[in-house]
Amino acid sequence: MNSIALKMLVGDRAKYLGMIMGLTFASLLITQQSAIFTGLMARTFGAITDLSYPDIWVMDPKVQFIDDIKPLQDTQLYRVRGVDGVDWAVPLYKGLLKARLENGNFQTCIVFGLDDATLIGGPPEMVVGRLSDLRRAEAVIVDEVGSRDKLARAPSDGLGPKIPLAVGDVLELNDHRATVVGICRVTRTFQSQPVVYTTYSRATTFAPRERKLLSFILAKAKPGEDPERLCGRISRATGLAAYTRDQFKVKTMSYFLKYTGIPINFGIAVVLGFIVGTAIAGQTFYNFTLDNLRHFGTLKAMGAAAPTLLRMILLQALLVGAIGWGLGVGVASLIGYLLRNSELSFKLPWQLLAISGSAVLIICLSAAVISIHKVLKLEPAIVFKT
Amino acid sequence: MDSRTSQTAPGTAPSGKAAVRCRGVVKIYGGGSGRVVALRGVDLQVEQGELLMLVGPSGSGKTTLISVIAGILDQDEGDCRVFDQDLRKMPSREKTRYRGKTIGFVFQSFNLIPTLTAVENVAVPLLLNGWKRSRAIQRAGEVLDRVRLADRSRSLPAELSGGEQQRVAIARSLVHEPRLIVCDEPTSSLDQDTGQRVIELLREVAVREDRALIIVTHDSRIFKFSDRMARMNDGRVVEVIDLRKTA
Repeated sequence: MNSIALKMLVGDRAKYLGMIMGLTFASLLITQQSAIFTGLMARTFGAITDLSYPDIWVMDPKVQFIDDIKPLQDTQLYRVRGVDGVDWAVPLYKGLLKARLENGNFQTCIVFGLDDATLIGGPPEMVVGRLSDLRRAEAVIVDEVGSRDKLARAPSDGLGPKIPLAVGDVLELNDHRATVVGICRVTRTFQSQPVVYTTYSRATTFAPRERKLLSFILAKAKPGEDPERLCGRISRATGLAAYTRDQFKVKTMSYFLKYTGIPINFGIAVVLGFIVGTAIAGQTFYNFTLDNLRHFGTLKAMGAAAPTLLRMILLQALLVGAIGWGLGVGVASLIGYLLRNSELSFKLPWQLLAISGSAVLIICLSAAVISIHKVLKLEPAIVFKT
Repeated sequence: MDSRTSQTAPGTAPSGKAAVRCRGVVKIYGGGSGRVVALRGVDLQVEQGELLMLVGPSGSGKTTLISVIAGILDQDEGDCRVFDQDLRKMPSREKTRYRGKTIGFVFQSFNLIPTLTAVENVAVPLLLNGWKRSRAIQRAGEVLDRVRLADRSRSLPAELSGGEQQRVAIARSLVHEPRLIVCDEPTSSLDQDTGQRVIELLREVAVREDRALIIVTHDSRIFKFSDRMARMNDGRVVEVIDLRKTA
């Protein structure tokens, strides 16, 4: 009877397409909004993602997320190095500094100061130049997106596209001269500000004078050492907070989830997608069943048992659900792909596919359950009524 | 009514093997002030090999009676057996299965599934009885040939005339070789000539020794095709006329 069920479904083109469109729209909205939300959340810990070499981030216990800088005394670095199980520990400066552009405008940049000796914490990918070029005088490395956009120079005639910042160009960082020695590629950050890398000692000269300038201590556990246990030991020994990379990502993301309206805004869009999908697809599917009630009655009179009718309706619901979900996810992915070089944050892990698939499944099953109820309660004597 | 017919007492039947035997069947719809007594103690017997027409004014209980006989409705009182089976006492699932195997239906408005071709519509009872699709389609094609519609087997119902649609419905009612065929006003949606041809066809292909045919109709033009006629009024069979006992 499966073929009969499918022919009944696709034979009514208008309703069939209506259901597919409703579910496609629901799936698109749920998938796309969730993917943008996930992308945005991933950006909140973009800097942690890029610093993949260290296992452990050590910081002031009051720090709530990666941009919440509460500087430490430099001596803390040596205390961390002294904890049993720590292979090495290096300082990291992270701060927001103003760069003065050639046209006199100012642009706030995220500045990372890397350990002078090891340059641990550098960008994940160099586009132009080498990380070791940071050892040259006044050297900075600038991220590619920032160099093309916010740090780019206006053309001399004022017309045409901006001229990207290039190796050899000079910036003023907090009234200090800095020379671009490389261009790198980094994970987009939540604030979308240009990212500038330099050495720790140079960053501390760029930064406004403060008593403490050490933002984070990056540490590596000795081989065989459990990083989570080591974090506990570092905390107990130094009184500082120590997190594994993943723990710090979660902490950072949790802050944004808790203290910003982002989840609510995206949550509303996702819920709206779900409601609209339920309303359109559910209603259309129910109407489709109502339109076919006489035929279901005929089948019932001719000997179709309840499980047969149930299977037919479920098959119809699952088919439109699968097609609608597939199209919705496909369109969402296409949008994400086409806008991959824009500011749009878009991340579509398999978990999101499972979530949107489950949402569409719930919509379809709800519609099917209502329809099944109607069909099972149907008096087959309806077939004798004209 | 034809003067050559012989009248018998209500509910009695010629001796033979009974396909349907109803005794004192009562059916009541609703309750309270909306209570409607549709059948008030119907006695009726239908023999195997005969075509019985159930006639009477609208609201006399004809459709309710065939619904009870076909196991679509349960009577409130009385006894109704189809080939010695009491459908009311059967569990719902077993009754549905029995109906699917034993009873064929022809409806006034054909009730063909509009998105299925003629041959697929005819194959539906076989599919419901667990036949493989390819075999069911082959068998449905053979039955369509018997109702002289082999050349329209791939047509959708909307592409067929009313008479052709009813012939498809007849093929569907026969395809699984049911022992009882129940037809509800099979000619009322058709013009006179087409109605006549359809009933001739139905008589030709459906009436067999081991099978019974019950036709509910208002259409006096087709009365002559019946073996017996049971006239109903106000929920009772008030008269049974045997047209075979003609001069």
